[in-house]
Amino acid sequence: MNFVLQLWRQKNPRAEGAFSRYEVGGITPDMSFLEMLDTLNEQLASKGEAPVAFESDCREGICGSCGVMINGAAHGPIGGTTVCQLYMRHFSDGEELVIEPWRARAFPVLRDLIVDRSAFDRIISAGGFISVPTGAAPEASSALVPKQGADAAMDSAACIGCGACVAACPNASAALFVGAKLSHLGLLPQGQPERARRALAMVARMDDEGFGNCSWHGECQAACPKSISIDTIARTSRDWSRAKLAAGRRSTPDRTNDSVSEP
Amino acid sequence: MRTLDELAEGPPHDAAPAADASVSQRRWRTTVGLKVLMAVTGVVLVTFLVLHLLGNLLVYQGPTALNSYSAFLVREPLLLWVARAVLLLSAVLHVGAAVLLWARDRRARPVRYRRVARRSATVASRTMRLTGLGLGGFIVFHILHLTAGIIEPVPFNEHDVYRNVVGGFSVGWVAAAYLGAMGLVGLHVWHGAWASLRSLGVSRPSPQPKHRPVAWLLALLLWGGFTSIPLAVWLGWVR
Repeated sequence: MNFVLQLWRQKNPRAEGAFSRYEVGGITPDMSFLEMLDTLNEQLASKGEAPVAFESDCREGICGSCGVMINGAAHGPIGGTTVCQLYMRHFSDGEELVIEPWRARAFPVLRDLIVDRSAFDRIISAGGFISVPTGAAPEASSALVPKQGADAAMDSAACIGCGACVAACPNASAALFVGAKLSHLGLLPQGQPERARRALAMVARMDDEGFGNCSWHGECQAACPKSISIDTIARTSRDWSRAKLAAGRRSTPDRTNDSVSEP
Repeated sequence: MRTLDELAEGPPHDAAPAADASVSQRRWRTTVGLKVLMAVTGVVLVTFLVLHLLGNLLVYQGPTALNSYSAFLVREPLLLWVARAVLLLSAVLHVGAAVLLWARDRRARPVRYRRVARRSATVASRTMRLTGLGLGGFIVFHILHLTAGIIEPVPFNEHDVYRNVVGGFSVGWVAAAYLGAMGLVGLHVWHGAWASLRSLGVSRPSPQPKHRPVAWLLALLLWGGFTSIPLAVWLGWVR
């Protein structure tokens, strides 16, 4: 198979980027999208040109490293997959593919198709954890978890933090990422003690990073390689509102500050 | 845009959130808070629209029913003005929050995509700001027409709402303006009613979160109900 690529090239964060046109041949239908880019890079290297920079790690769809916009769709047109698990048989021979990095103020481009997603790490640092004493693993049945809660928490815990939700959102909102993390921890008994402060801190951090707001287009859910539901965003609203009302009822504002955990 | 160098010079990433979190605890103006505000005010405005529609449908019972209903509304000036104040406040907060969020969204993606494939967004969700703007303009026109009587397609009579309505809707461009605006109401409510329940966090998790029976019902009820009146006048069923 042969493809015509319109690919975003940018040397460094400060450089002006631009689209470059490449023709890549020798692609087989069972190659993954990243293997197609590998092939392109081999062809570029043999001509002495700089290879295209893109992120990848596990190449089995579970690490969250890879991800680009393909013809305007995050992780490509199929849905429920990452680009490393997207195969060239889903495209037609000779097709033109527009390949762009995630676009968001909170995700500045570092080089070519690689963006800086450390904003997600800082949202996690703000509250996406549970504080427990470390040591030997506790007896498994000491904390009972209802089956429905465990399943729903697991569905949210499937989030690999790839950033496709932000990339696909017309507002560049991180609502689905934050919703997934809040649902993952908030539905389990271990997540309850910090549930309120977690919601407040993660939402505040999300805003400080410059993400947009959720307008309920549902694009994130359609792009999510783990098909995480926008119901998690409604859960964010509920947890945040409850935490805010509870904080408002407290008499002294100092106590609210004390309850903020230090990561 | 931050650069690699700035990131390297800045404080450790882990240090920032703890300091900010205590400040942010007291802050209502988060994106989530503003959406809650938009949802609450939206629910107030839609509730008003349903009551407004039920009142308007009295036009089908003839002049006496509609005129005595409007006389009943203005009997208690205090109640009337409290209701108007609540509606005005809701509308101002709704628009104010929308403007803040819109400005934020514009900043959130400084470089646009060359190609965009929408997979889930609807015409209604993509045009909420436009339909909202249109509705704002329509509400001003509507108040000037049938409440204040400043825009007079036909001579305005304060005590004969029925004549004002039927006379007004007999004028082609007035009926067209109302019919168009009711299309905007339908679109805006179809997305807004569904989205506001989610922004409030009161929606139940669903295997099909984009299904919206309540929003369909409300949008069709409001669009159909309000549209029927100018249509009935235009067709000569109400004269």
